[in-house]
Amino acid sequence: MSMPFYVAPEQVMKDRADYARKGIARGRSLCAVTYDDGILICAENSSATLRKVSEIYDRIAFAGVGKYNEFDQLRVAGVRHADLKGYSYSREDVDARSLANAYAQMLGQIFTHEMKPMEVEILVAEIGDEPGHDELFHILYDGSVVDEERFSVLGGEADTITGRLEASWADDLDLPRALRAAVDALTGPDRTLSGRELEVAVLARSNGRRKFARIEGTRLEELLAG
Amino acid sequence: MTLPHFTADADPGPDFASLLRRVGRDPDARIVESMGAVTAPLTITHATTVVAIRTRDGVVMAGDRRATSGNLISHRAMEKVFPADRWSGVAIAGAAGPAMEMVRLFQLQLEHYEKVEGHPLSLEGKANQLSQMVRAHLPAAMQGMVVVPLFAGYDLQRGVGRLFEFDVTGGRYEELHHAATGSGSLHAGTVVKIGYRAEMDPSEAVDLAIRALFEAADDDSATGGPDLVRGIFPIVALIDADGFRRLEDDEIRRRFEAMIGDLSPTNTRGAAEGGQRPEQEVDR
Repeated sequence: MSMPFYVAPEQVMKDRADYARKGIARGRSLCAVTYDDGILICAENSSATLRKVSEIYDRIAFAGVGKYNEFDQLRVAGVRHADLKGYSYSREDVDARSLANAYAQMLGQIFTHEMKPMEVEILVAEIGDEPGHDELFHILYDGSVVDEERFSVLGGEADTITGRLEASWADDLDLPRALRAAVDALTGPDRTLSGRELEVAVLARSNGRRKFARIEGTRLEELLAG
Repeated sequence: MTLPHFTADADPGPDFASLLRRVGRDPDARIVESMGAVTAPLTITHATTVVAIRTRDGVVMAGDRRATSGNLISHRAMEKVFPADRWSGVAIAGAAGPAMEMVRLFQLQLEHYEKVEGHPLSLEGKANQLSQMVRAHLPAAMQGMVVVPLFAGYDLQRGVGRLFEFDVTGGRYEELHHAATGSGSLHAGTVVKIGYRAEMDPSEAVDLAIRALFEAADDDSATGGPDLVRGIFPIVALIDADGFRRLEDDEIRRRFEAMIGDLSPTNTRGAAEGGQRPEQEVDR
């Protein structure tokens, strides 16, 4: 009778984490920055149709990096979770924290029980009624949740980008300055990105019931130029 | 609540109703099951008259505020005209409970599709969705809970306002000019029909819709007129290239007051000449 080789659980987890991290590092990063009117999410994405940032519910947005089909699956599951919850109870009862927990459960489950972990990092952002009450939940491939303030960075180059944002973020940013800070943090000093290579969306307090709005086309070019 | 996650072959796609069925919460099934058990006739709250008129820029929708249960007035401030999404509206007549639920589900259905797919349904697609919902409701309609909506929206692809009528079997009919449904629709519809002109100015269409509801309330006991004491007025919405916009109560009040001013007996020669004398004088 053949015996399978013994592999230490620590080693199994480490291998899986390395695998997931490698997959995530292959893609481009994104960042979310809070500003006076809400939350700005800015991703490096040359596709105008395959989105990294999208709307989940009235006050909640989703962003993902890593393998597209995997985070898109999570996005759709999140929309379903939110819409079902809003239908069962009320629209006010849908919140980012419970959604982030549901995501964490699912990612944790997959990380420990499935053959292959998901090669994704996701962000669940919820806008508050006033500045300082915004929520940013950063969820990793293994299901760990980090509750972040001011800004959040996802992807392989997160550490470098976080360093740049630490330097440029201020608590009185308006939209153009927040966009500038986000784009500069993503590119660094040596590169530039045009509007076509960016995917930008906001959750803005000044919007109606659905706070999510994309910023694209001429509006984006104007903001980048101004 | 766990995350609803499906394998590729069981995935409900962008359809919220089939997601509800997939998680075991089909709303129609429950209504029909419970109706099967009913032996005594129930008094069901009914919502009444709504009208829609196509204008130069889009569509005007209006609905009175009364809901009745048999011969009693059950609500004075019911809403029957709703935004379906940013560019379209839905107005309901019929059994109030199922109608409100249908609107809620329809609104969610459109938003759910838009979020899952990343772009909204076409106006035609929205009308077909509603038609399927009305058809799915047919078993309950056979039990007396008829729901007949109107649907109107701005077609972004064609750049025009469009208007759809439905029948109880889910039949969908596009109307080029105007439509009315509910118990007072005969009277309201006639007023609209007489006052309608092609390429109408939206403001005139609003006045016409208000007049139509006023006349319907005059002749149909289930349709509510303007309630000046409580400050309750019909709901009127404009749908055009800027989307769905509900008019303020104050504006409706002003328009009503102007209309009533035009209609009141002091302005008509016949009454002034004493066709009918005031009651007080008769008593003396």
